[in-house]
Amino acid sequence: MSTIHHHHLKVEFSGGLELLFGNQRVHTLSLPAVIPDSERPSPSPSPPNLKSTSHSTSESRSTDVTYLIHYLRTHLLTDRPELFVDGDSIRPGILVLINDTDWELEGEGAYELKNGDEIVFISTLHGG
Amino acid sequence: MAPASCALCQNAKAILKRPKTGQQICKECFFFVFETEVHHTITDAKLFKPGDKVAIGASGGKDSTVLAYVMKTLNERYNYGLDLYLLSIDEGITGYRDDSLETVKRNQQQYSLPLKILTYEELYGWTMDAIVSEIGKKNNCTFCGVFRRQALDRGASSLNVDHIVTGHNADDIAETVLMNVMRGDIARLGRCTLICTQGEDSIKRSKPFMYAYEKEIVMYAYFKKLDYFSTECIYSPDAYRGHARTFLKDLEVARPSAIIDIIHSGEAFGVREDVKATQKPQQTCKRCGYMSSNELCKACTLLEGLERGMANSVTPDGDVLPRMSHKVLRRRSQFSSNSFVWASSSWDWSNLVVSTYSRPHLSVFEM
Repeated sequence: MSTIHHHHLKVEFSGGLELLFGNQRVHTLSLPAVIPDSERPSPSPSPPNLKSTSHSTSESRSTDVTYLIHYLRTHLLTDRPELFVDGDSIRPGILVLINDTDWELEGEGAYELKNGDEIVFISTLHGG
Repeated sequence: MAPASCALCQNAKAILKRPKTGQQICKECFFFVFETEVHHTITDAKLFKPGDKVAIGASGGKDSTVLAYVMKTLNERYNYGLDLYLLSIDEGITGYRDDSLETVKRNQQQYSLPLKILTYEELYGWTMDAIVSEIGKKNNCTFCGVFRRQALDRGASSLNVDHIVTGHNADDIAETVLMNVMRGDIARLGRCTLICTQGEDSIKRSKPFMYAYEKEIVMYAYFKKLDYFSTECIYSPDAYRGHARTFLKDLEVARPSAIIDIIHSGEAFGVREDVKATQKPQQTCKRCGYMSSNELCKACTLLEGLERGMANSVTPDGDVLPRMSHKVLRRRSQFSSNSFVWASSSWDWSNLVVSTYSRPHLSVFEM
């Protein structure tokens, strides 16, 4: 299989996070179903909580939420990355929903993305 | 991962992992447990009695928006018999508070609650924009915090309410416990976990969300599609609170119950009698009559510094002159429920804090 499959995703930022992404709340994007070698996040100081076991091997890895976060930080973020990410993961205090479900119920960063998935990032860090 | 079913109804698909308990629950059960826990917080502490007039401190942000919605819901569901109001403070921050107040005005329509807005300008003669242009962005959060607390009290007093509720959540309280420990502020450490406090003006202040996690408040707003405003204040954030907050959020990732556990620790602290004896008794401000632990309340001390700053810009030798305009004082007195004392002739100027702007312990972390 040499055809590259892509996942079409809807990504939404709110709670003030949209300000880091060009003040645009909703983004639609298309990601390869398998992470391209050139784009793999550096596996070096891999935090122990990453559940993916294929992480450090040379096998192809399906596109997961950890990769999505890396992609958003590299390609869409326009301002102050430290307010979005903390190392390889999302900054504590930002809630993530995968198809309207708390990502903590979906395997967090290890969740493998599917075509049509909707991912919402909400900052809780702004004034109440 | 197979979708888990709700731990409570065993039926619908779980959408949330509760940080407090680790339970996986569905949307309807989440709404129900969230609201019911707040109801229990209210009834266990006997916060209200039928007929009470209650002002909801409303900023347009997530916590107070959810609080207004939940207070209205519970008041109707459990027949609390409360008269609810929205009370907002306009600090005079262009591009921030003016936008968030638009959200409060929409909430007023959506929840059909009467709204009262008080401005720093009418209370103190200064907007935050003017204060920042005078003192810069270093300690402006101190001014804003001191002024807001007093402004809420004065607003409540002019609405003639019995009680103010604010949206402080469990994360806020845990942060404050940590900050008070780290600052050695024993008096506030003792007070900051009280669900309800009462000044000598007889208006109660309470925090119905003090056991509600920020995560759940934000999730509640998200799933209920509540309309709230979430832009950071354009002036520099409170750096000290920021550190406490980052630390707490890191702890929460490692162990979600940390937040409620810190609150529990705060509630369980006992202050020794010999330490209590050294604490200053509450008195009333000589100038505006507001409750205070010094002769001048914090707001009057800060205003004094501001006015003196203006004077200093004219007289570089720093002559201390009473420059607070009587017009402003009169306005402030109208909002005070206490007898207003302006003892200009007997005022002891030696009592003033000279370097108001550089004293970190003047910051208000009080809740």
